[in-house]
Amino acid sequence: MAGTAIEIRDVTKRFLTPRGEVFTAIRDVTFAVEPGQFCAVVGPTGCGKSTTLSLVSGLDRPSEGSVWVGGEQVDGITDGVGFMFQADALLPWKTVLQNVALGLIFRKVAKKEAVERARDWIRRVGLAGFEDRYPHQLSGGMRKRVAMAAAWITEPQVLLMDEPFGALDVQTKAIMSNELTQLWEGSRPSVLFITHDLEEAIALADRVVVMTSSPGGVKQVFDIDIPRPRGSVQEIRFGSRFLELHHEIWATLRDEVERAYARTAGV
Amino acid sequence: MHSTNDSGSNGLISGLEQASQAARPLGGAEQALHDRIASGQQSLDERTRQASVAFRRRKLKVWGARLAIAVIIIGGWQLFTAMGWVDKFFYAQPSGIWNRLWDYFENGTEFGSYPDQIKTTMQEALYGFLIGTGIGIVMGVALGLNRFLAEVLDPFIKVVNAIPRIVLGSIFIVAFGIGLTPKVLLAAVLVFFIVFFNAFQGVREVDRNVLNNAKVLGASRWQVIRHVIMPSAMTWILASLHSAFGFAIVGAVVGEVLGAQQGLGLLIKSAQGNFDPYGVFANMFVIAALVLIVEFVIERVERRLMAWRPKVQSETALV
Repeated sequence: MAGTAIEIRDVTKRFLTPRGEVFTAIRDVTFAVEPGQFCAVVGPTGCGKSTTLSLVSGLDRPSEGSVWVGGEQVDGITDGVGFMFQADALLPWKTVLQNVALGLIFRKVAKKEAVERARDWIRRVGLAGFEDRYPHQLSGGMRKRVAMAAAWITEPQVLLMDEPFGALDVQTKAIMSNELTQLWEGSRPSVLFITHDLEEAIALADRVVVMTSSPGGVKQVFDIDIPRPRGSVQEIRFGSRFLELHHEIWATLRDEVERAYARTAGV
Repeated sequence: MHSTNDSGSNGLISGLEQASQAARPLGGAEQALHDRIASGQQSLDERTRQASVAFRRRKLKVWGARLAIAVIIIGGWQLFTAMGWVDKFFYAQPSGIWNRLWDYFENGTEFGSYPDQIKTTMQEALYGFLIGTGIGIVMGVALGLNRFLAEVLDPFIKVVNAIPRIVLGSIFIVAFGIGLTPKVLLAAVLVFFIVFFNAFQGVREVDRNVLNNAKVLGASRWQVIRHVIMPSAMTWILASLHSAFGFAIVGAVVGEVLGAQQGLGLLIKSAQGNFDPYGVFANMFVIAALVLIVEFVIERVERRLMAWRPKVQSETALV
C-alpha cells in the first residue's frame, strides 16, 4: 500500500438498528487519497460520509473490507490522524489553551513545550489573547479555529474533517475555508474532507468523490485540475474551469440528491 | 447568544479604541474627535449606571418581599398562639422557641452542653456524607464505565433502592450499638444512592463528540476518564451534593432518634417524650440552619469547580 495516504478497499459497514434490523450504511466503498492530496467527499444526506470517516479514524470498524492509513491497516484509533468534527467537540471544561494543547498532553509532550506550541498555534489561527477563555465564551467561528489548532498541533499526516464548517454562517465559512487552505498549503497533509456543499468541495479539493445515497457507495471520482495556489474561495468559484467542473459534478450528484430526498420525503 | 452579545460589545470597544488611535495624527480635528468619543463614552456610562440602578432596585424588591413573607409567617404564628386561636401547648410559639434556644445555649441540655449536641450530629452527618459521596462516586463511575457490570448489578440496585432505607437504621443500631457508627452508616447509605445514581448518569451522558475527539487526539483509556469522563460526570455529581447533605443530616438525626446518647435527634426524641413542642421546634430550626450553612459551602465549591460552565440566564440577562 506504499504510495497512498488513505486507502479504502471494498468497505461495507452495517449497523444493527434498535429494532434489530440490519442497516447498511455503506457498501463496497473503494477509493484512495494520495499523500498530500486534499480529497473531498460529497453526497446526499445519510449516504454514509461520516461513517466512512469514522472508519478511517478507527473510531469504528468496517463490517467487511479494510482501511489503510499510511500503509498500515486501521485497527483501533489511527495514530497520526487529526479529526475535525461537525459538532462542537472541544472540552467545555478546558480553556482555549488547554484544548489546543490536549493532543500534545495526550502524547506525553512536556507541559512547558506543549503550552508553548499551543500558544503558537493559537496565534496562527488568530486567537491570541483568548487563551484563557472557555469554549462557551467564544463565537462559533472562534470555536472552529480552536478545533482547527487542536487538530493541527500534532502535525498529523492525515486530516479528517467532517463538515467542519457546516454550522457556520456563509461569511465565516468562507473565511475559515481560506484559512484552512493556507494552513494546508503550508504543511500539506493528506485531507479527507466531508461536505454536502459542492462549491466548497471543488474550491478546496484536488479530488472530489461523489457518493450514492444509502447504502452509500462511490458513484464517481473527479480530479479537480484548478491550479494552486487558488486564492480566496469566494473568487475562484467564478472561474470558468470551476463552473465547468461544478456543472459536470452536479449532474452526477443531482440524481443522488433527488433520490435521497424522495426517500426521506416519502414521495 | 452570549457570543453575539460579546462580539457586539467588543466591536463597540475596539471601534472606540481604533477611533482614539486614529485621532492622534489628525492634529486639528483631534479635539473634536476626542469630544465625540468622550460624549459617546458618557452616554455609555449613563446607560450602565441606569442598568445597575434598575438591577439594585429589583434586588431590593425581592428582599423586601421575602422579609414580608417571613414576618407574616412568624408574626402570624405568634399572634395566633397568643390570641389562643391555636393551642400553643401543641404548636409552641416563636417567642417560646427562641427562649428555649437561649436556654439550651445558656444552661445546656440534659445530655450535656448544647454545642456538644450540635457537634455530635454534625460529625455523624459529615462522616456519613463523605463516606457516602466517596463510595457513590467510585461505584457510579465504575458502573458507568462498565456496561457488563451495570447490567448484572441493575436488579440488585433496584431492589436495594426500593427498600425504605431508614429502616436500615434499626439494623445498624442492633449491630453496632448506640455510638457514632450506626448513624454514620445510615447517613452514608442515604447519601450513597443519590450520589451513585448521579455519577452513573453523568458518565453515561458524556457527549459523544467530545469523547471521540479526545480519543482521536490520542487519549489513553485513563486519560479519557481523567480529562473527559470525570469532568463531565462532575457536573452531575456536584448537583447531587446539594440534596445529599440534607439526606446525611436526616440519616444522623433518625439514627439518634432510634437510639443514642447525644445529639440533636436525641433531644428531639426526649422533647417529644415530654410533650414539649418547643424543644422539637428549636432543634428543628438549628438543624435547618446547619444544612443551609453546609449547602452554602457546597455551592461555593461547585461554583469554583464549574467556572467553565456558561452562566445561567438570570445572572447575565439582568444587567
